[in-house]
Amino acid sequence: MSISVKGLSKSFGDFKALDDVSMEVPTGSLTALLGPSGSGKSTLLRVIAGLETPDSGSVFIDEANVTGTRPQDRGVGFVFQHYAAFKHMTVYQNVAFGMKIRKRPRAEVRERVSQLLSLVQLDGLANRYPSQLSGGQRQRMGLARALAVDPAVLLLDEPFGALDAQVRTELRAWLRRLHDETHTTTVIVTHDQEEAMEVADEVVVMNRGRVEQVAGPRELYDRPANEFVMTFVGQANRVGDTFVRPHDLELLLEPNEHTREALIQRLVHLGFEVRVELVRDDGEPLSVQMTRDEAERLELAGGQIVYVEPTRATVFG
Amino acid sequence: MNVRRLSLRFVALGYLLVILLAPLGLMVWRTLAYHADAAWKAVSDPMTVHAFEVTLEATAIAVPLNTVFGILCGLAIVRRRFPGKGLVNAFIDLPLAISPVVVGLSFFLLFGRTGWFGPWLSSHGYQVLFALPAIVMVTVFVSVPFVAREVIPTLREIGDEQEQAAQTLGASGWQTFWRITLPSIRWAVVYGVVLTTARCLGEYGAVAVVSGNIEGRTQTATLRVQDYYENLSTGGIYGVSLMLAAIAVVTLILMSIVKPREERV
Repeated sequence: MSISVKGLSKSFGDFKALDDVSMEVPTGSLTALLGPSGSGKSTLLRVIAGLETPDSGSVFIDEANVTGTRPQDRGVGFVFQHYAAFKHMTVYQNVAFGMKIRKRPRAEVRERVSQLLSLVQLDGLANRYPSQLSGGQRQRMGLARALAVDPAVLLLDEPFGALDAQVRTELRAWLRRLHDETHTTTVIVTHDQEEAMEVADEVVVMNRGRVEQVAGPRELYDRPANEFVMTFVGQANRVGDTFVRPHDLELLLEPNEHTREALIQRLVHLGFEVRVELVRDDGEPLSVQMTRDEAERLELAGGQIVYVEPTRATVFG
Repeated sequence: MNVRRLSLRFVALGYLLVILLAPLGLMVWRTLAYHADAAWKAVSDPMTVHAFEVTLEATAIAVPLNTVFGILCGLAIVRRRFPGKGLVNAFIDLPLAISPVVVGLSFFLLFGRTGWFGPWLSSHGYQVLFALPAIVMVTVFVSVPFVAREVIPTLREIGDEQEQAAQTLGASGWQTFWRITLPSIRWAVVYGVVLTTARCLGEYGAVAVVSGNIEGRTQTATLRVQDYYENLSTGGIYGVSLMLAAIAVVTLILMSIVKPREERV
């Protein structure tokens, strides 16, 4: 089911959380809302779910205007950053909650819950309480609970934000596989650009309550619409009005007509890659990324003078 | 070992012993050792039984009323925005701040023969002062804060995410309250009910002013103790006091039995 929002605005006191936001989420896609904290991404998700009322604008789910509809009537599944587990209920009762509210027959509930628990790899933990689960397990329970009601759209609010790095990576990959199986229209809010790029078909970049760009991960990185997207999605060197990605700079040992002189300050080893931190002759700092082989071939070291040649640069008009 | 920790424990236990356990223990011991017969006679006296009936009746009305009010008030203060919220929050504590005698007097001023409501009520045949209605009203008044004061911090602590999750899963406001909110705050409610009950049973000052202390009619258990005290009836004092204390202790014990182990604090 598609989601579409038109001209949404929402303020909290003096703070403009959403400023005339319009966007579309196509049926069956996995879309990420990406932005720094305070960019309005979570507010947008909560407005779509009906947990927040917009000051103006409309929300459409599956072509129907749901702007005035209560959350319980919107048919959305919502996953919270801090799990929002029902602490006084077992895992089974948590997942069954939505179906019990809908008064589904007991046999159906039992079958669906056990099916979902194996989908989220929590078989055997049905009788545990949330306090007896790890963060990753709690969040998978949260997902099963949201999926149990066959939601038209699945909304995830920084679902992996409270988890440690390794679990986060695992769950991210797992979410993508789940989506490829179920094809439920999904919107995930994140401030982590890597997460957005890895998981989503399409990324909506937000900043200060506005949409900066909507694009696929690759296009977003290669053709950022403006300065904000360029610097927020991936790293960029800024020299005057020009932006260059760290891997679009080449280091040479001899000068030519395109190069500028620079001093190596530090080499940072990141496994396969090496990040070279430099200062240009006019005092501008630069960051260059290259493979370890390349760095070894050039025999780079701190304190060395090198010549920098941009292979690709972007200027925003 | 740790001298500081030991001395801290000593001070804490010593304080409890002197202030709480010694007077209570002495009362139990004196009653059972020296005045058992007289105490039993006083407790089984029809007038005493009636006094307990009045007390329990007022308690039985005040506790459910203040439980419902406390929960609603807590929900309104924590979950809603409305003008005058701070004022409501402050007013809940009023009964704690005002001396019960003053509460009794102000009810007297409202319902007395020259009060605001008094003349109208008596001309329509309603007797409020020196009757059960006044006793119930002041009991309700003095025991207002306890459930709300227990429920408010718990509601704040659990936050509203679970309630929002229930909503997105299709639960109505009513279903969310019964299935999510109430179970989450149940121990706060239970504790509030116990405190409210204890306060109702023990109320003296306000009731003394408005009840008229008519033996066999408007006399409550605490007023009965006062009566025995004035008549120098040692057995009576001990008997009724012990009964009152026993009811309170039994309530506390019942609560700690019902409460599951991991949730005891």
